Order: sequence, then structure tokens, then C-alpha cells
Amino acid sequence: MKKKRNVKEMVEKLLAGDRRTAARLITLVENEMEEQHEVMKEIYPHTGQAMILGITGAGGAGKSTLTDHLIKNFREQGKTVGVAVVDPSSPFSGGAFLGDRIRLQKHFLDDGVYIRSMASRGHLGGLSRATYDVIRIMEAMGMDVVIVETLGAGQDEIDIIHIANTCLLVATPGMGDDIQAMKAGIMEIADIIVLNKADLDGADKSLRHLQGALSIVCPEEGKWMPKIVPTVSVASKPVDLKGIDELVAAISEHQEYLQESRAIDQVKFERTEQELGLIFKDELQKLIFKGLRGTGKKRKYINSIIEGRDDPYSVVEEVLEKYLVTK
Amino acid sequence: MAKKRNIKVLVSKVGLDGHARGAKVVSSLLKEAGMEVIYLGMFHMPENIVKAAMDEDVDVIGLSYLSGEHLIFTPKIVEEMRKHKLDDVLLIAGGTFPAEDIPTMEEMGIDKIFRAGSLTDDFVQYIKDNVKKR
Ligand SMILES: Nc1nc2c(ncn2[C@@H]2O[C@H](COP(=O)(O)OP(=O)(O)OP(=O)(O)O)[C@@H](O)[C@H]2O)c(=O)[nH]1
Ligand SMILES: [Mg+2]
Repeated sequence: MKKKRNVKEMVEKLLAGDRRTAARLITLVENEMEEQHEVMKEIYPHTGQAMILGITGAGGAGKSTLTDHLIKNFREQGKTVGVAVVDPSSPFSGGAFLGDRIRLQKHFLDDGVYIRSMASRGHLGGLSRATYDVIRIMEAMGMDVVIVETLGAGQDEIDIIHIANTCLLVATPGMGDDIQAMKAGIMEIADIIVLNKADLDGADKSLRHLQGALSIVCPEEGKWMPKIVPTVSVASKPVDLKGIDELVAAISEHQEYLQESRAIDQVKFERTEQELGLIFKDELQKLIFKGLRGTGKKRKYINSIIEGRDDPYSVVEEVLEKYLVTK
Repeated sequence: MAKKRNIKVLVSKVGLDGHARGAKVVSSLLKEAGMEVIYLGMFHMPENIVKAAMDEDVDVIGLSYLSGEHLIFTPKIVEEMRKHKLDDVLLIAGGTFPAEDIPTMEEMGIDKIFRAGSLTDDFVQYIKDNVKKR
């Protein structure tokens, strides 16, 4: 890492669509290397145009299988597709098993598709700041659509609504009893609820549950009413696949709604607000720890908290006051 | 200040046989050792593996051979890596093959070979020690 990377040159290559450079830049932002700020500043003006599609849901619900179908569909429409799949890192080892490419094999050799597997690296279920950067990098390399797959286990999906233009929540039959519990959250999260594995027993019951849960919600006049789309995304014969075209249609419909109602402005506002907040949080923490480094104060603060002479809130107040004033 | 770089390893079964267990076991051991493992599954061709390795910007490609295709497949993957200039990616192989094939495979361009039964500590340590600087 001694030789300084030439940021301008790398960004130029990225804008020309060079995927090796894209791959390197993603690693660079994931690892928060020192050029990160410079890179993102250069890239930023070339972003903001892609359709960002979020896919969340429980483990094994079929998110990647659906992503495979969606990629195929977008490619048939002549659109290029970036895919970022975020899986959890082990809290113990920091390692991760990223297995989603198994379902995306058909697209490996397509130059109009760029797939990247990401470990969450401690951002539990949610999305890290790097996810925003990675989406931007994919936009800058020329991707028309960026799909972001994340594992959602209940509450953690919330982040993705801030990042995606259109958010799909993938449910499966058998989670019918949990649907009551999900009910409140559904409206906040999903623009489209996909009931995948509709070939399994209990699909009809789950569909009725979902429809029931939605029927008691009355969105404001002119607002989007979430749609439920049952799908079968794996079948031994292609004729047995179901609901994929309907899902694609529902996505287009939501995109049109965003444009026509100007709701897209709100989406962009919230995304940028969230992004800005994440960067502030990260940078402030770094700045403060950097300020404390070498003074031995960090250790002192921590020990005084452990020994009960102080508490974290007082410490933060004290440090913030001192640091922000003297700065 | 940059964080410690996480080691990324791509693991793939090669060719046309159906046993994935070995590759999966190795993947979870690497995960436990703190590495990020991109698991490709089975039935992959050299082009697929190398393109995925490039897009994922991995540090290591780990191949799992079980069906006696190692001497045919290895030159193809090395060639593909050369074509895409993945010269800073470590190429290792594991699985079952005759011991006398090891020197040939090394000559073909595999950095390190672990036959079935190797101690896990060995390959974890090997990767940690040999990941190429960037
Ligand atoms: N019966 C049935 N099985 C399906 C369907 N869709 C996906 N599956 C299976 O469900 C399993 C999980 O599918 P994935 O697409 O990997 O699910 P995922 O949500 O991406 O999983 P994670 O990324 O591990 O959270 C696979 O074995 C699929 O073959 C479906 O419509 N019907
Ligand atoms: Mg998946």
C-alpha cells in the first residue's frame, strides 16, 4: 500500500466502465482506505441516475433467486445491472460466508452485469456507509439499475428503505403466523411484498393473511398502496414459474408512481439525509479517537467507566465539549 | 487511518462432479479464521471463476478438485488468470489427487496445494502469510 494510487486516473477508468477498476475502488471504500474521500468526491457528480432496487427478507426466502430473474428481465430491456449482496459477518471471527453467487451464475460472463458480495462487517443486518459508496461506484461505471440484497430478520430491514427507490420484501408461506407481528412494519418497509415459494403448502393462507394485513391500512390519498405479488421462482419446468412478469410490472408501476407523484424527491431527500448522517457519525468518531490517540486519555476514560467513577454519557459530553470547542 | 484489510477468498468446486462438502467445510473454516469467503458452488468453468474473482477483487482463489480433472483444468484457469492480469491473486488447490501430480500442478502455476487430510491450520496460516501485497 506504499505507492499512492492515482485517484483521478482510476476514476476516469471507472467512468469508462472498466470493471477491474470498479472492483479495486469498491475494495478501497470497503476498507476505508485513505483515498476514499477523494475517490467519492470525484465520483459523486456522475451518480444519482440509477434505479435502486432493494430486496430484503428472511434467510432463504428466495431473494437471490428472484434477483436472478430480475437481472434477466432488465437485461432483456437493454438495461445494465449492478448487484450488491450484503450478508452478515460473523460477530466472533469477523469472517463471512457469501454464497449468493450460486444463484446468479448465469450472469457471470455478461459484461452488462456487475455482481459484488459484501460482508456487513459489524453493521448488524443494516447497511453500512460502504453500501452507499458501492452503489455510487456502480452508478458511475454505468449501471442503469442497482439491486441491493440484504438479509432482513424483522426490524433490520428499515435501513434499506432509505437507500432504495423501490423496496421489495420477500415473504414465504408458513410465516403466516408471524405476519401479525410484521403487520406494523410492512407498510413502512415494502413497496412490493413478494410472496415467494407460492408453490408450497399454505401459500393461499399466507396470501390471505398478507392481504388482510394490508387491507386495514389506508394510505393517504395519492400515496402508494403496497402491492402483493405471489411468485414461484424455482421450478423444474419453466412453465411452472409464476409471477415474475407481474413482479416486473409492479416494479415499473412503482417507478412511474415515484416520477409522477414527485415522491422520488422525498426518496432522494431521505437517502441523502441518511447518507450524510452516516458519514458525519463515522468521521466524527474517527476525528475524536484520533484526537485522543497517544494521550492515554481513551484508556483512562474507559477505565474510569469500568470502575464506576464515570459513565459513558458524561465522558462523551465532556470530550465533545472539549474537543469541539478547542477545535 | 485505514482499517485492517479483510482477506477475501473465492472458493469453487471445479468441473462436473457433485460433491460439494469438502469445499463447504473449507469455506466455513476460512470464515472462522476471519476471512470473507465467496462461495461459488459447483459446475464452474475457468472463465466463470476468474471473472467472479476479478469482480469480487479477491486475494485468493481456492479450487476444490475431486474428480480427476486437475491436470486439464489447472492450465486453463492459470491462462484465464493471466489473460485478466490477476497476477496478485494467490491460487491454491485442494482435494483428492495423486501425490505424484503435485509437482506438475505447481509447475502449471498453482501456488500451493493441500491434499485431502491437510491440517486446517496449515492452509489458514499459508494464506495469511502469503496473501500478496497490493
Ligand atoms: N419451492 C420453492 N423454492 C424456492 C423458490 N424460490 C427459491 N427457492 C429455494 O429456496 C432456497 C433459497 O433461495 P435463495 O434465493 O438462495 O434465498 P435467499 O433469500 O437469497 O437466501 P439468503 O441469501 O441465504 O438469505 C433455494 O434452495 C431455492 O432453490 C420457490 O419459488 N419455490
Ligand atoms: Mg441470497
